[in-house]
Amino acid sequence: MNLDERKYVLIGGVLFICVVFVLRLFWIQVVDQHWAARAADISERKITVFPSRGLIIDRHGELLVANTPVYDIMVVPREVKGLDTLGLSQLLNVPMDQVRERLRKAAEYSVWKPSEFEKQITAGQYAAISVQLYKYPGFYAQSRTLRTYPPHVGAHMLGYISEVNARQVERDPYYKPGDMIGVGGLESYYEKELRGRRGVKYVVVDVHNNIQGSFNGGEFDTLAHAGKNLYTSIDLQLQSLGERLMQHKKGSIVALDPKTGEVLALVSSPAYDPELLTGRVRNSNYRILQQDSLRPLFDRALQAQYPPGSIFKLAQAAIALQEGVINLNTGFPCNKALVGCHNHPYAANVEQAVQFSCNPYFYQVFKREVEQGAAKNRFEDAALGLAKWKTAMESFGLGHPPHLDLPAVKGGSIPGVSFYNRIYGEKAWSFSTIYSLSIGQGEVLVAPVQMANLAAIFANRGYYYDPHLVRAIGSPDSLNMHVQRHHTMVDDQWFPPLVEGMRRVVNEPGGTARQARIPGITVCGKTGTAQNPHGKDHAVFIAFAPMDDPKIAIAVYVENSGFGGTWAAPIASLCMEQYLTDTITRPDLMQRMLEADLIATEGNYTKFVSKRRKQ
Amino acid sequence: MSQRDSIWRNMDKPLVLMYLLLMAMGWANIYSAAYDPEHANLFDRAREYGAQSVWIVASLLIGAAMLLVRGEFIRNLAYPVYAFVLLLLVLVLLVGREVNGAKAWFGVGGFGIQPAEFSKFATSLALSSYLSGLKTLKEARSRVVAATLILLPVGLIMLQPDTGTALVSAAFVLVLYREGLSGNILLIAILAAILVVLSLIMKESVYSIPFTGTEVHGQYFLIFLLAVFCLLIFLFVRKFVLKHRRKRIYVYLLAVLLGSAAFISSVDHLVDRMPAHQQTRIRVLLGLEYDPRGFGYNVEQSKTAIGSGGLLGKGFLNGTFTKYKYVPMQSTDFIFCTVGEEWGFVGSAVVVLLFGALILRCIQISDRQRSRFTRIYAYCVASIFFLHLMINVGMAIGLAPVIGIPLPFFSYGGSSLIGFTILLAILVRLDAERLEVLR
Ligand SMILES: [Zn+2]
Repeated sequence: MNLDERKYVLIGGVLFICVVFVLRLFWIQVVDQHWAARAADISERKITVFPSRGLIIDRHGELLVANTPVYDIMVVPREVKGLDTLGLSQLLNVPMDQVRERLRKAAEYSVWKPSEFEKQITAGQYAAISVQLYKYPGFYAQSRTLRTYPPHVGAHMLGYISEVNARQVERDPYYKPGDMIGVGGLESYYEKELRGRRGVKYVVVDVHNNIQGSFNGGEFDTLAHAGKNLYTSIDLQLQSLGERLMQHKKGSIVALDPKTGEVLALVSSPAYDPELLTGRVRNSNYRILQQDSLRPLFDRALQAQYPPGSIFKLAQAAIALQEGVINLNTGFPCNKALVGCHNHPYAANVEQAVQFSCNPYFYQVFKREVEQGAAKNRFEDAALGLAKWKTAMESFGLGHPPHLDLPAVKGGSIPGVSFYNRIYGEKAWSFSTIYSLSIGQGEVLVAPVQMANLAAIFANRGYYYDPHLVRAIGSPDSLNMHVQRHHTMVDDQWFPPLVEGMRRVVNEPGGTARQARIPGITVCGKTGTAQNPHGKDHAVFIAFAPMDDPKIAIAVYVENSGFGGTWAAPIASLCMEQYLTDTITRPDLMQRMLEADLIATEGNYTKFVSKRRKQ
Repeated sequence: MSQRDSIWRNMDKPLVLMYLLLMAMGWANIYSAAYDPEHANLFDRAREYGAQSVWIVASLLIGAAMLLVRGEFIRNLAYPVYAFVLLLLVLVLLVGREVNGAKAWFGVGGFGIQPAEFSKFATSLALSSYLSGLKTLKEARSRVVAATLILLPVGLIMLQPDTGTALVSAAFVLVLYREGLSGNILLIAILAAILVVLSLIMKESVYSIPFTGTEVHGQYFLIFLLAVFCLLIFLFVRKFVLKHRRKRIYVYLLAVLLGSAAFISSVDHLVDRMPAHQQTRIRVLLGLEYDPRGFGYNVEQSKTAIGSGGLLGKGFLNGTFTKYKYVPMQSTDFIFCTVGEEWGFVGSAVVVLLFGALILRCIQISDRQRSRFTRIYAYCVASIFFLHLMINVGMAIGLAPVIGIPLPFFSYGGSSLIGFTILLAILVRLDAERLEVLR
């Protein structure tokens, strides 16, 4: 037997192994992409770098909205070992079955990649958790920021942030599920500026999930851009005072700087602590707020529309003077047969008419505006007159939403010809049908922000700037907001007499708002009371001060409070004093306003708010 | 003509070249696998490549020195070297350092020495020496002596325990076969292996025997199948084979059937008595259990690393999957992962083929020897490399069980590097003298 040939067994074996190995290598390296995908899945991570959201700052640099760190507890299922379910359940205050369920879901998503296990743990809670967390391998904390509201005010105008919903993700490809987006208020209106731009980092992690470096030298990374700060015109002191004065009342306060249109305060009451809608408690709190009978989520300053009542007479008078249907010395007797009135001296001129707020006087004024004799037919004449009147009224910023930099602003309503034609039919209505417009009742509706704007028009003697909250974006120096100035259709000359009337309302005997006086400062104002078919009348007061160099124009609306002079005027007065002098010289008045509870019998809302605030 | 000129002129340059090439590639791989930008220096002792660099220099010096030793001297020293290594293997059990549960190391300063790695060339020398003095391997006595030479170090290594290194001695079965051991032994071994695998796979399920409705466990069904197979052969033989030859075949058939049945039962018995983790390991290997986080984890990770290399690989130092420790033992037993990941299919195929070429070259060298000693020794070398290639690369790509043995010149570790260098250097020296040695 020739043993030499036996070497071929080994040679054959070597060749066989080489061929098999090379084929196998070709299979797993070139043909089967599964392994390459698995390697990438295991070792590469896409890390989203969330920019910090822009802050919101008041006119003096005080923070209205800031960011605070919170912690998400993440889990990497593969690294979880010997889990003490009970311990973890107690540590994180998550029920046992939830712990198991979340762990199962995380493992379903990926055993290698981190999943959120518990979200938004506050820094305070985290301090206690962090010292224990090492006992739970596979769990770690990841910080992110949450909105926080140091002064706890301005919930309505600031809005809040919430996770994007499916529809938003669909509409704007920037958003990914889990992103936060501004909802309501400035958060929503300036969403793009506040959010900044997200960055993405691709990294390679080692087997312990530690980042070892960037993927491909950072070739695919994008930088995050921080959100821009909003420098608003809000005066925090005024805003806080306004919210406190309005507690236990329904209504709103809007304060403007008439010289610029800047919004100084925007109060809607009942208010709620904006902190209630942050973090983990948002959903449950939102439900509670939503179910409250007093509708605290409703922004009355922007979205409520009320009959303006007697403050409407200011615009009526101005338009009548402009159109020449009355002159400065026109007087009308207080004929209560036309429309109800209170007892007051005879209004011999426009100034006194404003001062006494005589209803029959303005009945006559409006009659002359509507019935100018342009057409022979009484009905046609009324239609022509009303059309002219409506155009003039709209030049006072009424009947259309103001260009306010907030979402969902209502514009009220100035009824016109088509409106009445629709109701009564063409040529089927005349002055007698619509006379209640003369005193700001009936179909006319005005939002509080428009009322404040009306005050600003009289403060400026004839014009207004678009009201706005944001003075600068990004840096306080970049006063880059373009603001439109609007002139009314009434010539400047007709305003001073009416302003004098407003002065008398506050400062002269017989004026309807003597509670609005501020020591040492001349306040001009006008009360209003709007009939409320559902209950006690709504009270309104608009004002500006000082008379000769107006720095603040304000509208205070208090629902169901009766006469405008009783509650609305003192509240406006205190607000203006605070803004102009930075002090309150009438603590008694202040105390009375704070304690006044006009909704004690309605709902339990305020108790809820005060309880929550103590936390 | 000086001795140096003679060795330089007569040494097998292709073999030396392949050796140097593999060592250079291996070193580059270690560098990459353990690369740390803060310790980029090649000789930085803080990293594995620093130590490996030292070992490489040491290996080259030892290898060069070995080339200067006369072949006569080497042959005469075969038994003393073998005895010395046996002594080391005994000593390591007594005073060795225990690493990972195995007493396999002598500590020398910061470096460790694994005497088991030296047993490969020592056994090769001793076996070559013994077999070259024999006319035939047919005598029982010579078989026993040869087996003893092989099994003595195996036994000592098993005591450490280092099953991987002990298993490499299976290479010597190939040598014995080449030198005249009955092929039946090799055949029976292969048959047994097939039976083991089949019975383990079938053990998992229950089969029903056709026409009887009886359900039996897999291993009995396997015996049943074998019996049917033997019966068919029996019928075939009775019809077509001459009468006087039949009896002999019947005996064989019966022996095979009974032997197989006994073997299958004992395998079944043995496996059932194994510790659970070893059972799992076997089951994973046979594809009966998919367990990426357990025992199959290493292989799964290894395949991922290699598979992610693609056609051309991720490039030198860019093998992130291996570098970031996803593959256990990635600088020693699973070093082939770095090759696969960084150099891709092209690189790993080149490495496999280079090893193949090295082994074939050794066989070729074996062939051209007039000296029986050198011929057998060369065959030992070829067989040892073959086993290392088959098991190490095979396990990395999921074709062989996970057995911890190094890939020559690639795996981190000085002892194996020096061991393989000496193994090859002796061969080169002996081969260089092939023209002057007549024995
Ligand atoms: Zn009157």
